[in-house]
Amino acid sequence: MTSQSPAVQLSNTSLARRAWEIRRKAVRMGEVQGQGYVGQALGIADVLAVSYFHALTYRRQVPEWEGRDRFLLSIGHYAIALYAALIEAGILPEQELETYGTDDSRLPMSGMASYTPGMEITGGSLGQGLGIGVGMALGLKAKKNPAFVYNLMSDGELGEGSTWEAAMSAAHHKLGNLICLVDFNDQQADGKSTEMLCSEPLGAKWTAFGWHVQRVDGNDIPALVAAFDAARALEEAMPRVIICDTLMCKGVPFLEQRDVTHFVRVEADEWQKALAALDANRPD
Amino acid sequence: MSVNRTYDPHHKWEPRLPPKSGEGGRTSAMIASLAAEGYETVSAPFGHALVAEARRNHRIVGLTADLAKYTDLHVFAEAFPDRFYQMGMAEQVMISAAAGLAREGFMPFATTYAVFASRRAYDFIAMAIAEEYLPVKIVCALPGLTTGYGPSHQATEDMAIFRGLPNLTIIDPCDAVDVAEAVPAIAAHEGPVYMRLLRGKVPSVIRRHCPDYKFELGKAKLLRDGTDALIIASGFMTMRALDAAVELEGQGISAAVLHCPTIKPLDTGTIIAEARRAGRLVVTAENHTCVGGLGEAVAATLLSNGATPTFRMISLPDQFLDAGALPTLHERYGISTKSMVQKIRSWL
Repeated sequence: MTSQSPAVQLSNTSLARRAWEIRRKAVRMGEVQGQGYVGQALGIADVLAVSYFHALTYRRQVPEWEGRDRFLLSIGHYAIALYAALIEAGILPEQELETYGTDDSRLPMSGMASYTPGMEITGGSLGQGLGIGVGMALGLKAKKNPAFVYNLMSDGELGEGSTWEAAMSAAHHKLGNLICLVDFNDQQADGKSTEMLCSEPLGAKWTAFGWHVQRVDGNDIPALVAAFDAARALEEAMPRVIICDTLMCKGVPFLEQRDVTHFVRVEADEWQKALAALDANRPD
Repeated sequence: MSVNRTYDPHHKWEPRLPPKSGEGGRTSAMIASLAAEGYETVSAPFGHALVAEARRNHRIVGLTADLAKYTDLHVFAEAFPDRFYQMGMAEQVMISAAAGLAREGFMPFATTYAVFASRRAYDFIAMAIAEEYLPVKIVCALPGLTTGYGPSHQATEDMAIFRGLPNLTIIDPCDAVDVAEAVPAIAAHEGPVYMRLLRGKVPSVIRRHCPDYKFELGKAKLLRDGTDALIIASGFMTMRALDAAVELEGQGISAAVLHCPTIKPLDTGTIIAEARRAGRLVVTAENHTCVGGLGEAVAATLLSNGATPTFRMISLPDQFLDAGALPTLHERYGISTKSMVQKIRSWL
């Protein structure tokens, strides 16, 4: 893989395997720390697999290549998931996984641009990614660079006013090169997102703000592939959002059934059980 | 080893592989607790104190921006569900709504992390609350360097930001006693307050050294006397100062500790009087950047009043700090007890 992501030709089964690999690496990182946002990582793995092995253009040896699609992780605490994807994509070496969250690691618990190749922005102060994405999309248009900007954000971030300032701005500037991915897992720090500050009817909101809107099962790879393809192929000069309904802890049944919260508690002896649960369903 | 902090698209990345064997790196924790350092602790002192105060003061309401569990406000929410407002991940509207509730006669206690109040909601605090002198109490967890999560969560400059705001009282409590006693004190004060919060299992330290200690708004308290050095400290750095003073005593150095939990308005009378006592090195100690916090406030007070002792500051550096384990970072940035002892010895 030198110039472009090779995965465009790969089958959905292969994307399922990529997602499985991402999940497995995230769980291994969680085990290093004995904690981590592994529930979010398991939930978003399919979206990341489709992003990095179907949709995005990048060069694994040159993370800053000017022609790359930009992938912004607004949700800094999802870094564990993005590191797993970057390792799977060959941008980060797999051995570094064992340094996750330790002193002087390049893989801090919250994603930061100055630490990690492939981490485009410092997220974590939520509600900033989409605005930065607006600026990058404006910049790419000014440079006549055809790359896309993807911003991955959470449903919790929909509460921040800055999200909607950016949404209005993107539509005003007709940013057809901006694709926003909303991970809708209905969880945030204090409880269910819809019970904290309800953003529904969410699709109608984005539509009213002037966006092209799709809402899909974020753990259904063929549906995600179709949505990403449609978002990229759209001819109208308008920003696009894909709302991805995901399940926290997807792929590890005993964690899926746990009283899931923002910070999933995993006991010391459960990391190996989680890996075993993934291994029991390894896709081809 | 520190990370490259300058944005450079052509930066050459070098892998950082794990140590071969034996020496594993230490972990970083999102919610770090000072309790790990072996002190006796009290659970959620802010939440319990607010519940006690709210039983007497029926104006009190609680608001949070998706961080009730992480600011101990869940204790209040469980006790008074009808007086609790979950505002979601929306700090600006939480502050604006707190202002609106205050205008309707309520006394809102609004909680979030210190980074989000100081950086994101600042204009709303300035105009809707401070300029109007409304009785809103903004109580914020993760002040200074109390998380290893990196700059997105490390509020190393919150006091500098808020000190510039007229009308706002600023509190930096040391321990569980301070936090609990500050609650009725700030409720008794009619104006707006920003309080730095230690949450979860909070150490109880001051009374062990000074059984008669009581928090008083606007007052600095001498916790221990000494003849060689005077340490003026706030927040958990007062714990460090007390520990350092005990250790220095064992090395034949007599250090006084003046605890200064009210950062604004500063207790200038006590500070000047203590600093004027001849022959002592004056050291400030704060869990905050060297810019615009306790140290500079004390320095300006002393110089403006003609007090010129030998003066040094212990604080965080003027930079974005690393992610990592809290003990590592406290050592790295010079706010551990060990580091404090070394510095004071070297300055005497």
